[in-house]
Amino acid sequence: MSISLTPDFEKKLDEAITHYPVSKRSAALPLLHLWQEQFGYISDEAIEFIAKKLEVQSIHILELVTFYPMFRREPIGKHHIKVCRTLSCALGGAHEAHACMKKLTGAQGDDHGPCTSPDGKYTVEYVECLASCGTAPVMMINEEFYENVNSEEKAKELLKKYQ
Amino acid sequence: MSMSKTSINPFNHDVMPDNTPLVNVNYNGKWIQVPKGLNVVEVTQSQGEFLPHYCYHEKLSISGNCRMCLFEMGMPKMDASRQPVLDANGKPEIAWMPRPQIGCATNVTEGMGIRTNSPLAVDCRKGVMEFLLINHPLDCPICDQAGECKLQEYASEYGSGESRFVEDKIKKPKHFDLGKNIVIDDERCILCTRCIRFAREVLDDDVLGIVNRGGNNTVTCHPGKHFDNEYSLNTVDLCPVGALTSKDFRFKMRVWFLKETKSICTSCGTGCNVTIGSREQTVYRLTPRHNEEVNSQWMCDTGRLNIHYLSGEDRFTRPLSRVKGELYETSWEDVLRQAGSRLKTFSGKQISLLASGRMTNEELFLTKTLIDELQVSLYDILPRQGQGDKFLRSADLNPNSIGASLLGVSNDGKNLQAIKSGIQSGDIRALLVLQEDATEAGLSVEELSKLELIIYVGLAPNATAKAAHFVLPSAGFTEKHGSMINVKGRVQRLNQAHLPPGRAMDDWEILRDLRSATTGGNGIHTIEDLFRSMSAKVPALAGLTLNKIGDHGVQLSLTAK
Ligand code: SF4
Ligand code: SF4
Ligand code: FES
Ligand code: FES
Repeated sequence: MSISLTPDFEKKLDEAITHYPVSKRSAALPLLHLWQEQFGYISDEAIEFIAKKLEVQSIHILELVTFYPMFRREPIGKHHIKVCRTLSCALGGAHEAHACMKKLTGAQGDDHGPCTSPDGKYTVEYVECLASCGTAPVMMINEEFYENVNSEEKAKELLKKYQ
Repeated sequence: MSMSKTSINPFNHDVMPDNTPLVNVNYNGKWIQVPKGLNVVEVTQSQGEFLPHYCYHEKLSISGNCRMCLFEMGMPKMDASRQPVLDANGKPEIAWMPRPQIGCATNVTEGMGIRTNSPLAVDCRKGVMEFLLINHPLDCPICDQAGECKLQEYASEYGSGESRFVEDKIKKPKHFDLGKNIVIDDERCILCTRCIRFAREVLDDDVLGIVNRGGNNTVTCHPGKHFDNEYSLNTVDLCPVGALTSKDFRFKMRVWFLKETKSICTSCGTGCNVTIGSREQTVYRLTPRHNEEVNSQWMCDTGRLNIHYLSGEDRFTRPLSRVKGELYETSWEDVLRQAGSRLKTFSGKQISLLASGRMTNEELFLTKTLIDELQVSLYDILPRQGQGDKFLRSADLNPNSIGASLLGVSNDGKNLQAIKSGIQSGDIRALLVLQEDATEAGLSVEELSKLELIIYVGLAPNATAKAAHFVLPSAGFTEKHGSMINVKGRVQRLNQAHLPPGRAMDDWEILRDLRSATTGGNGIHTIEDLFRSMSAKVPALAGLTLNKIGDHGVQLSLTAK
C-alpha cells in the first residue's frame, strides 16, 4: 500500500491529532471526517493509513467506519440524494420517494446502502431524521433541502437541477 | 485466596488482597460481610450461589454489555441528617431502586442491598435471555458447544420456553476463518467481547473487533488479517457460546462423552495445569485448568494441540525383540528376561544410558536406581531448548529438567559427547534409551549399529527403535501416573486418563520390571510406594506423597540441588 498525500492535507491530519494529547486513538473520527471530505470516501488504504498513524490495529478503524453510516466505503455519484426514512417520513412516503429516485436516476444496489447509477451521476441513500418531520417526506440533494417530495413529477422536477 | 506476586493477568477481579476491609451487605434478606470492592457477581459466588453472566470474566476488564447479571439493588435509607435509618432490629433500612443494575459493574459498598431472586431480577433475566436469542439461529443440535454452552444452559434455566420473535433473523457469517486454529460462527455470537478483551488485554494482540452496527454487529478480524496468536485457543474456552470453535476439536466428540482427568501439559517446562478430555483410548482435547501459581486459566496452542501423536497409528503396542536381524513381537516376560540377562553381561563401564527430561520423577528415580545398581558411569538426558515467551511458554522444552537434575540422572547434556566417543572407541557396548531418540542426541545410525545391545523404551518408532535389540512399548503423558517438577520448582502430578494401547505399559512399571530382571531389586507395587521411597531418599521431596501434591502441585525449595 502506498498512498501519497499532499503536505497540506497531512498537516491537517497531524494538527487534528494534537487535539487529543491523552490518547491518539480519539482522533480516529476527526481523521475519518477529514479524509472523507478530501477524497469523498474511505478506502481500504485510508483505513490502513489512519490505523498506522494512530498506532492502532486496522480493525479498530474499520469498526468505526462500519458503525457510522455517514462514512462511505466507495466513491459516490456526482449528486448525492439523501432520503429521510425516520418515522414521520417513513409514514409520509419515504420508501416511495426512495424507490422513485432510484428509478428516475437508474441507481442500483441494496436499499440499505448507497445506490449509485451506472453513469456515476447519482447516489440515492437513506438517512435518518433531517429535522423537518412536519413536511414529510423530505430529502436533501447535495447540500440543498427539499420538503414534501410526494410525487414522481416533483421528483423529476427536482432532478432537472442536478444534471 | 492470596495473589501470587506477579500475576500474568492484567485483571484479577476474583482475587482480593488479604487485608481488604469487609463491608456489610444485605444479600437476599440476610446481612453478610464481604470484602469491599467485590462486585455483585462475585458476592453471589462467595455465597455459594450464582448470578448468571456472559461478558463478566474475572481475568478481563469489566465491559457490562450482556446484561445477564441484572439484579435489584438498594442503598441504606438516610434521614435528614444523612444518618442511616435503622429498623426494629437495629439494622439499616434499605431503599430499593426501581430499576435493575448490572452485578458485574456494581461493587459492593457499606449497607448495600442485593436481591438476586426477587420478581424484578427474575423477570429481567428472562427478558435479557429473550433478547439474546432474537437473532440466534437455534442450531443447537448441530452446535459443537452443546453440553457446555452457557446460552443453552441459561436459556433453559432462566429463559422462557418459546420465542415470540416472528420477524426475519439477521444472517451473518456462519463459518468464518479467524485464524489458523479458530473458526467463528457469528450468528451464535452474543457479542460479549470476551475474545476481544482477551486478545487486547491479556495477549496485547488487539486484532479482533466488532464491525457493523446494531443487530448486524459481527466479531471479526480486519479483512486479510488473522488471529494467529500462540494463545488464540483460549478464546474458544472463554467464549460462552458456540461462536468460537477449535478447528482441531470441532465435530470430533460430544463433550458429555469426554472423561475429564486432571493433569499437566508436558510440552514445555511451565507445566500448565490441564484437564484431559478423553473417551475410551483416545484423547480429544486438553483444556487449561485453573492454577493461579502456574498458568492462571490459560495454555498455549502448541501444548494444547500436542496430543495427536498419542493416538498415532505407529504406536508400539507389543514388546519387540530382535531375532536374526528382525524385530518380532514377543511377550513382556520374554523381553524382560532376555533384555535383563543381556544387560547383565556388560560391566557398568560398558553401558551408557540416555534418559529424558520428559520422564516423570518416579521414572527418573527408578532409572537412577538402575544406574547405581549397574554402576553405569556415563548417562545423561537430552536438553531441549526452544524459544520461550513472556507469557507462559518456557524456553526449556523438557517438562521435567529440574526433576532429572534433582534425581541425579541429568548432566545437562554434557555427557552426550563422551557417550558418543565411547561408542566410537568401542568402550561403550550397550545403550539404554528411555523416551528419546539417540540420533537426536548426536549419535549416528552407524554408531548405533556398532552397539551390541540397545534397549529402547518408548512409544513410537524412531531411528533408535530401528536399531534396537529390544523395544519396550511405553506410555504417553495422558496414559501414566507420576509427577514432574516445572521450571519454577513446583512439583505437580500427572494422572492417567486412559490406558496405553495394546500391551504397552506405564514407563515406571517397565523400569521396575527391567530392574528386577537385571539386578533383582523389587518390592515396589504401586506408584504411591514408589513416590514414598523416592521422598525418603531425596531431601527436596521429604515429607511429600503423591496425595499431598494434590491437584495444584507444591512449590519446592530447591536452593541446594
Ligand atoms: S465470539 Fe464468543 S467470546 Fe467473542 S464476543 Fe462472541 S460470544 Fe463473546
Ligand atoms: S506453555 Fe508449556 S506447559 Fe503451558 S501449555 Fe504451552 S507447552 Fe504446555
Ligand atoms: S422524520 Fe424525516 S425529517 Fe424527521
Ligand atoms: S456479566 Fe454483567 S453485563 Fe454481562
